[in-house]
Amino acid sequence: MRRAVRSVLVVRFTRGVGAEVADSADAEAGARRRIRARALVIGLSVTPFGVSFGAVSVATGLSVLQTCLLSLVLFSGASQFALVSVLGAGGGVGSALATALLLGSRNALYGVGVRGLLRPAVWMRPVAAQVTIDESTAMAFAEAPVGFSAYAFWTTALSVYVLWNVATLIGAVVGRGLGSLSAAGLDAAGPAAFVALLGPRLRVASARVVALGAALLAVLCVPFLPVGSPVLLGGGVAALCAVAVWRR
Amino acid sequence: MTTLWVAVLVASLGCAVLKQLGYVVPSRLLQGARVRGFVDVLPVALLSALVTVSTFASGSRLVLDSRAAGLLAAVLLVALRAPFLVVVVAACGVAAGVHALAG
Repeated sequence: MRRAVRSVLVVRFTRGVGAEVADSADAEAGARRRIRARALVIGLSVTPFGVSFGAVSVATGLSVLQTCLLSLVLFSGASQFALVSVLGAGGGVGSALATALLLGSRNALYGVGVRGLLRPAVWMRPVAAQVTIDESTAMAFAEAPVGFSAYAFWTTALSVYVLWNVATLIGAVVGRGLGSLSAAGLDAAGPAAFVALLGPRLRVASARVVALGAALLAVLCVPFLPVGSPVLLGGGVAALCAVAVWRR
Repeated sequence: MTTLWVAVLVASLGCAVLKQLGYVVPSRLLQGARVRGFVDVLPVALLSALVTVSTFASGSRLVLDSRAAGLLAAVLLVALRAPFLVVVVAACGVAAGVHALAG
């Protein structure tokens, strides 16, 4: 990648002003192509989870319609899995709902940040909000330094929304017996994708401190707090500390 | 209406409304430098927390399994500036390998 950028610069230098416009158009097309490829990879990496969600949900006793409604309207993988697994484990509707909502409240916090990056028109806000999830947020922030936040957000949102819903339907109809996610290593795909997206931002030391603090604090809270809250607490406290220190 | 329908509808609408909340907070509340700094750093912090929790948590228990090997591979490759696809595929491969070895 860096070699490609260097060669673009060299070409630009030697070919003069006329070629500059064409090169920047090339660079933009290249960036968009790279973003589309990433969005597709992210969409494909959630597909096995969608299939497995569909299968688990139907096995828990939900109908195919109820299962697909969750993916279409709730559309947040962690909350959906939490809901059906608490119900399946014999937990009450109350605790199933509390867990799902607690996990879903992360998206409200993402929305505050994404909205500032995208500045969507008023009529687009409800649509943007509905597809503001881990993946689209991570892509919007990863592409912010090169000015492609909105493109990255919408392509990722589209890719994940379509593939997640198709996968859910397949899982709900075909059912279980599709093999385990961990045998194929697919349960490592999510964390790996987020690390790759955060990577460039973590070259700044202060961001690295915040990220490590959040990651450690959240994981230490896991045994002591309800499912869903460690991420909120770890992320929230680390961000608050960062702001407090930075202001001084 | 059955209990399951109540669970499905309340969870779906509740989570959909939560997503809308981030977009309806009045923007004048987000103007201050302190709040802006918080909002800027929040996604990085939340996503970092999500990475370790989804790697080391199994419900409310902390576990060390093949996912950790996948994460380690991903971190090393990102530090070496490997392309996105390589990071994701290699992490899955390492996790699958460790899962098979651990049997």
